[in-house]
Amino acid sequence: MIQNILEFAYLIASVTFIIGLKMMSNPKSARQGNLIAAAGMSLAIAGTIFLYENGEGLTSREPIKMGLIFVAILIGTIIGWLTAKRVQMTKMPELVSMFNGMGGACAAMIGLMEFHHNVGNTGPQMAVILGMIIGSVSFSGSVVAFLKLNGTMQKPIRIPSYNILNSVILVGVLIFSGYVIFSGTSSSLLLYLLFAAALFYGIMFVIPIGGADMPVVISLLNSFTGLAAAFGGFLYDNKVMLTGGILVGSAGTLLTIVMCKAMNRSLWSVIFGAFGESAAVAGSSSTMKGSIKDISINDAAVLMNYSKKVIIVPGYGLAVAQAQHVIHELENLLEERGVEVKYAIHPVAGRMPGHMNVLLAESNVDYGKLVEMEEINPEFNSTDVVLVVGANDVVNPAAKTDPSSPIYGMPILDVENATNILINKRSMNAGYAGIENELFYNPKTSMLFGDAKSVLTKLVTELKSM
Amino acid sequence: MEAILDFIGTNKEILYFVILSIFVGIEVIGRVPTVLHTPLMSGANAIHGVVVVGAIIVMLDVSPTDYISLALGFVAVVLGTLNVVGGFVVTDRMLEMFKKKK
Repeated sequence: MIQNILEFAYLIASVTFIIGLKMMSNPKSARQGNLIAAAGMSLAIAGTIFLYENGEGLTSREPIKMGLIFVAILIGTIIGWLTAKRVQMTKMPELVSMFNGMGGACAAMIGLMEFHHNVGNTGPQMAVILGMIIGSVSFSGSVVAFLKLNGTMQKPIRIPSYNILNSVILVGVLIFSGYVIFSGTSSSLLLYLLFAAALFYGIMFVIPIGGADMPVVISLLNSFTGLAAAFGGFLYDNKVMLTGGILVGSAGTLLTIVMCKAMNRSLWSVIFGAFGESAAVAGSSSTMKGSIKDISINDAAVLMNYSKKVIIVPGYGLAVAQAQHVIHELENLLEERGVEVKYAIHPVAGRMPGHMNVLLAESNVDYGKLVEMEEINPEFNSTDVVLVVGANDVVNPAAKTDPSSPIYGMPILDVENATNILINKRSMNAGYAGIENELFYNPKTSMLFGDAKSVLTKLVTELKSM
Repeated sequence: MEAILDFIGTNKEILYFVILSIFVGIEVIGRVPTVLHTPLMSGANAIHGVVVVGAIIVMLDVSPTDYISLALGFVAVVLGTLNVVGGFVVTDRMLEMFKKKK
């Protein structure tokens, strides 16, 4: 009877995961979808704590165990809640990666702990080892992704023939695990060596991948952790772990592919393509012809004031300078003077798809003013002024013209069709992709150097005095 | 060959379950607007935190005097809970901004 109640709880939870995910693919229902899934999750966890019984009578609920479980949940909840609430929007991608890593680590530890109980049972042991390995890869990979997005790992680490190296390591890990599973060994040493090997592979997998591709990698690691959770579900014949795990594994994989399409890069080239390496090649062709024009704040303000239409292209630089509120002020000022203002949002502006939207929404920019790339590209040739703030690669014409460029093929915002192009950057340093941008040398372009927030604030002040 | 067919025969329910779940996962992601990619990834991230259920099971089934396992299990539950709570809260933060302003 009690077991039936628990199975019912798991059933409800599984359904909430499915419905929740479905609702999260539509802006109107997204927030409720998340809450519904959270409710289902709480049910599954509570049900397990109070009702779970192992078929062979191993389960016991001594006060010490229950106490530890509750304290652990309390600690996880407090730290998780506070971190998620307090962190700046610009750090979202890192945070998602970190939480993913935590899940992977949890799956890995379950594998480590269940190893000795399943020695000799090939089937269950397979679930144990696979869950452990995939969880470990996801954990160490997520940590590396976190460090790369964090800026702690700035320089791409060039490893010669890393594709071959990684393939060899992977095959090695697989053979090693095959041995551990099928030989029925109970050696802790072998187990922990395998664990270390898997962690190592996770690091090696993510390290050669360029920072700009991190969102794709995080999505992939996300589905890995889902897979690891599914293996836990196989081990315990636990339906809610199975549902959650497989759902995230498959949805996560598809989402990864969809993200790649939005960047016009194939998943293959993200993982195996040398994004870092071709930048070294393209770097040598960086003798740009022409010169760069500055523009004064006053002239820029006049230009925008008397325009009919201004399109703002926000990028990561805007976020880093925390200038999203000032840009909203600028937008309002211009609109008061009869200038039509829109924001052109490139799919990978910022550090992740949707990142810019979230940032701008944080400063109350009207959702309707944020226009997706495909919709806004035709409007550039009727635009008087394009203001590019802290964006670089997403407006780099090399994506269309230079087959040797690492960003070649990526759809970009066609800002060069506008009458005037104003670009705000801190300096002439290369953007995230590390390559030169010939847009800066375009005769229609003028540069506004300086920190986004201070430049925009000065623009606002100028406009107010007109 | 026979072994494979045997496997399919004994495990047919699970196989159907896995295959159907994979399709559900794919269907659910269907047409997602680019703007929701990140919140969706974050939401999926939170859902795979269900792995914490496994950690709790380990804690419940372990001997109360096996201090090492209790300690490891404790850590595992903390990690899993971080994934769950952090994941859902972060996703909510990303999504609260999708309010149409009138």
